[in-house]
Amino acid sequence: MEEESDTRKINNSFLRDHNYATEADIISTVEFNSSGELLATGDKGGRVVVFQREQESKSQPQRRGEYNVYSTFQSHEPEFDYLKSLEIEEKINKIKWLPQQNAAYFLLSTNDKTVKLWKISERDKRPEGYNLKDEDGRIRDPSTITSLRVPVLQPMDLMVEATARRVFSNAHTYHINSISVNSDLQTFISTDDLRVNLWNLEITDRSFNIVDIKPANMEELTEVITSAEFHPQQCHTFAYSSSKGSIRLCDMRQAALCDKHCKYFEEPEDPSTRSFFSEIISSISDVKFSHNGRYLMTRDYLTVKVWDLQMENKPLETYQVHDYLRGKLCSLYENDCIFDKFECVWNGSDSVIMTGSYNNFFRMFDRNTKRDVTLEASRENSKPRAILKPRKVCVGGKRRKDEISVDSLDFSKKILHTTWHPHENIIAVAATNNLYIFQDKVN
Amino acid sequence: MISTMECSVDAQSLISISLMKIHNSRTQRGGIKLHKNLLVSYVLRNARQVYIKEKYAEIYRMQQYEEVMTVCNEIQELNPLDLDAEDADEEEQSRAACCGEEGSVCGAALQRGAAQPAALCRTGSAVSGGCCPLEDGAKDPEPSYYRSCCMEAPPAAPCDPFSAGSGAHCNKTTVLDLDTHVVTTVENGYLHQDCCCGQGAQSAAKKRKVEFGCCVSDVDEVPDFTRKRAKREDCAFSDYTDTSNISNLISIFGSGFSGLLSRQADLEQICSKQALASLGAWTRAIVAF
Repeated sequence: MEEESDTRKINNSFLRDHNYATEADIISTVEFNSSGELLATGDKGGRVVVFQREQESKSQPQRRGEYNVYSTFQSHEPEFDYLKSLEIEEKINKIKWLPQQNAAYFLLSTNDKTVKLWKISERDKRPEGYNLKDEDGRIRDPSTITSLRVPVLQPMDLMVEATARRVFSNAHTYHINSISVNSDLQTFISTDDLRVNLWNLEITDRSFNIVDIKPANMEELTEVITSAEFHPQQCHTFAYSSSKGSIRLCDMRQAALCDKHCKYFEEPEDPSTRSFFSEIISSISDVKFSHNGRYLMTRDYLTVKVWDLQMENKPLETYQVHDYLRGKLCSLYENDCIFDKFECVWNGSDSVIMTGSYNNFFRMFDRNTKRDVTLEASRENSKPRAILKPRKVCVGGKRRKDEISVDSLDFSKKILHTTWHPHENIIAVAATNNLYIFQDKVN
Repeated sequence: MISTMECSVDAQSLISISLMKIHNSRTQRGGIKLHKNLLVSYVLRNARQVYIKEKYAEIYRMQQYEEVMTVCNEIQELNPLDLDAEDADEEEQSRAACCGEEGSVCGAALQRGAAQPAALCRTGSAVSGGCCPLEDGAKDPEPSYYRSCCMEAPPAAPCDPFSAGSGAHCNKTTVLDLDTHVVTTVENGYLHQDCCCGQGAQSAAKKRKVEFGCCVSDVDEVPDFTRKRAKREDCAFSDYTDTSNISNLISIFGSGFSGLLSRQADLEQICSKQALASLGAWTRAIVAF
């Protein structure tokens, strides 16, 4: 059972203090770093907020490893493409951490067109005793200097600063939907609707295009790339998902251009379920390798599927996230909810998978016991330290007391982005402009 | 077979909703989202297929009714069927005359088909949404085709001077299958396969060219249009900013992608929902960059 720690509203401006959600505050991505010590969120306003886990202290055992704001910075600004008369949104689409190699932390953040490498470092000392300028920074008159001294480092209040170390731009005509760091820690890929580009983290003025599915005639376009990810261990392998519900696994050793896949994962469509919206609901919104590298997980509108990399013709497991929406696809199409891109995530041991739904519900599926649970992220329904109560959606017939009927679901409250701590049972769930962090009950 | 049972909205509404989404996407912040518009175009295609199927069924029912009435009349007049070659030609003429918008669009389509059969398949959307890339044989068994027969109910005044011998307006239907390029004539309930589209379609198209309706404005531009499409990679819709009238948009899409380029002429002739109903040419409304 899960318990809720303090919820954190990302609130540090005048407008937000008035307790209505501005669009800029809507969280668009969440990601734990590889140790789980840091949690980054990106929002529609182009900001990144990084949380750091408190060191566990014996004096306050109940405040076991809570997350506090560590750093906030503006990653992307709105831009205007004058050539195409298009505004480029500053919304952060994805954040990916680089594994820590020294005292500083590095992350990649991207909007629709540009990827940036940010360095987050601490400064707790500063030099004092300059010769040519005094403590206020004013330049000293050289004629007044009679002796030389060596500046010394003095402690200061901890300051966390974020600096943009690299900007990877001008490589994407279409909207970037994902980035993925290679296990070699030297390269990464950025993916838009039609192309996948390979970058070296040190080189910003060029990238290699490794997948290009743009047809010679755009009128023949039938599918786009929706997400791509590197294999967690094999630095030459990556997978990308398409809007047609298929996943392709590619090996970069085969050819410079990976248009030809090694493996092609697709489940044939069931003709009895064909509807106006079949293509939309089969479009994959997220693809994630398992930590052990043996499985792939994909999320489409109504299901989550786990694929065995050795079996291409059908998924190993299929989980229904919210099948009760199947009869509501028309209205979901009208209000655009059918285009929502839900993400999915593995736990550290690959035994549980999690994904979001509507009404601030999120679902967890235990792959071993085949049990699933629906939980809700909301301030009204849970106080800090309270145990989350499982929720149930009533599909038809008589509604029980604690159940919620399909028609009462709030489709404006959706959980698209979730992340799971790499080693522990701590999850972060983004509900519009709120971030919820849940962890296992402490005994 | 698309199940429409779960959907409370009919095909026609879905088509308007989809077109509205595509139209609104042009003014969205961040530019046109290729993925979303591609998905919307699939809904558009599916709705179109259902709509055309329903229309075809309706026409066929009407045709059956007319045939029955014809036979009844002839029995009454004690005048057996005496269709001969001359009458067959007149049949074509009468059909050409009374087909109005429907025929004109088909005519344009057929002319395009005859002139550039290879280009037809490549451009795909110009004439029919049913061209190869989107059509999956297993998923969609119905071939795309054009009906070149009146969609309106009889009696249509222009028909009268021409329908000399038969006593009926349209009891022959010519169908062009764009996937196989085979022209088929349905006559009194019997199917005759004509020659492949080449000569046949061209001559039929010539007849129909006279009756150009409001929707396809400039057939001569067709070869150029194919090349233009290929070049308009990054902003298919960028110069379409003038109107919020959804029926204009429907008329433009209904006339194929040529409508996008020749929109100035189209905008002057506002087509209503009835025009939508009478259009026979549908395209994939993909936003091409």
